Amino acid sequence: MPTETWLIFILIFMILGSITALELKDILSSIISIGIVGLGVSVAFLFMQAPDLAIVQFLFEIFAMIILLRAFLKKDYHQESTSRLNWLLSGVTIIVLIAIFLFSISVFNALPPFGQPLLTTAEHYIAHGAAETGAANLVASVILDYRAYDTLGEITVLFTAILGSLTILRIQSQRKKEGSESS
Amino acid sequence: MTVYLLCFLLFLVGFYGVLTKRDLVKIILSLTIMGYAVNLFLILFAYRDQALFPILKEGVNMEAMVDPLPQALVLTSIVIELGTTALLVTIALKLFQKYKTFDITKIRRLSG
Amino acid sequence: MNEQQGMTLIVKTITRIILWMIFLYGIYIILHGHLTPGGGFGGGVIIALGFLSIMLAYGRSGVDEWLNIKFLHDLETSSVLLFLIVGILGIALGGAFLANFINHGSLFHLLSAGTIPVLNILIGIKVALSLFLVVIVLAHMHIGEGGQS
Repeated sequence: MPTETWLIFILIFMILGSITALELKDILSSIISIGIVGLGVSVAFLFMQAPDLAIVQFLFEIFAMIILLRAFLKKDYHQESTSRLNWLLSGVTIIVLIAIFLFSISVFNALPPFGQPLLTTAEHYIAHGAAETGAANLVASVILDYRAYDTLGEITVLFTAILGSLTILRIQSQRKKEGSESS
Repeated sequence: MTVYLLCFLLFLVGFYGVLTKRDLVKIILSLTIMGYAVNLFLILFAYRDQALFPILKEGVNMEAMVDPLPQALVLTSIVIELGTTALLVTIALKLFQKYKTFDITKIRRLSG
Repeated sequence: MNEQQGMTLIVKTITRIILWMIFLYGIYIILHGHLTPGGGFGGGVIIALGFLSIMLAYGRSGVDEWLNIKFLHDLETSSVLLFLIVGILGIALGGAFLANFINHGSLFHLLSAGTIPVLNILIGIKVALSLFLVVIVLAHMHIGEGGQS
């Protein structure tokens, strides 16, 4: 089978999984469905010749599932009451989103067809990347040599996110630290 | 073409969740779905037929390789997404600690 | 309270045996980042999962016994600083910020590609420790909540 057929199959699977995750009442089932969607992304990356991304996405999925389960599983989970207004609201939203989808078909028609990308900047990376940087993995050469600024920005974002979550919990951490020092 | 449309449909499913769900956990999950769709679209856009992954092997002459640039961008994007998901989970837990609920309409009502 | 003590003895023993293999695999992935798929991001997440397995098996008290959280936080922050120092050395020795100033060496060898392996190691440390610290923070939040309610 060609790659496109496999991708269509995986994407339909992922859409069904995400609808299931959003509509289920039980939080454990929702998080597991999200895990299925993420593993589908990982398999799709493998089909599209991106093993680096497949590894990172797989590990990301495991990590995110552990974080979400640890954080949300033991909370007593209040189910939202479905009122008539809520049904109306979601109906209107679905109609608007379907309209957006129909309008977007012409936009996607204007893109180059699947399997034949433009490849303007990347021609240089593919042709001269190994000679200029000395790395056999061209993705690593793009990340850490040609576009190391991006990686610096990524590190900054990660650093800020971690500092933000540490700041939110600062009071509790201090209380914990005092408790452990006195004991 | 069909693949692009399906990928956009996945994005719209996540968008629907962000707009209509009133539960903070469901909103975080919807944001994750949107992130998946965007990452997947970048890689779909860079795929070239009959091409191999952009890693050289000793003694093998590679003819066609896929574009390494979107792969590098998506690689950073995935890790950033993990950091932001962790931050969102922390904020949601803090809100739960204060209001004892994940329902965003009730949270708004209590804050006045 | 039972959760704080961690899991059963079987899980603890197997975690202690298998932990070093997980770390070794992560370090392998990071060091070979410029030759094979993987690199700092993937290897970093693997090492973070190794730390996470300590926390899941031994509980929070086990983490406090095994690891110095403050030192890990300092190490994480200093890896960002070292990244910047490598970038500024690029200005001094290579002419541009984050320039590849070390000798490239020959292709397909472990010691090649100039600054790429160095930056890979720094990114691996950064990703591993920051993701682990998030989980530690979430675990501490759990305690605070129990105290309040």
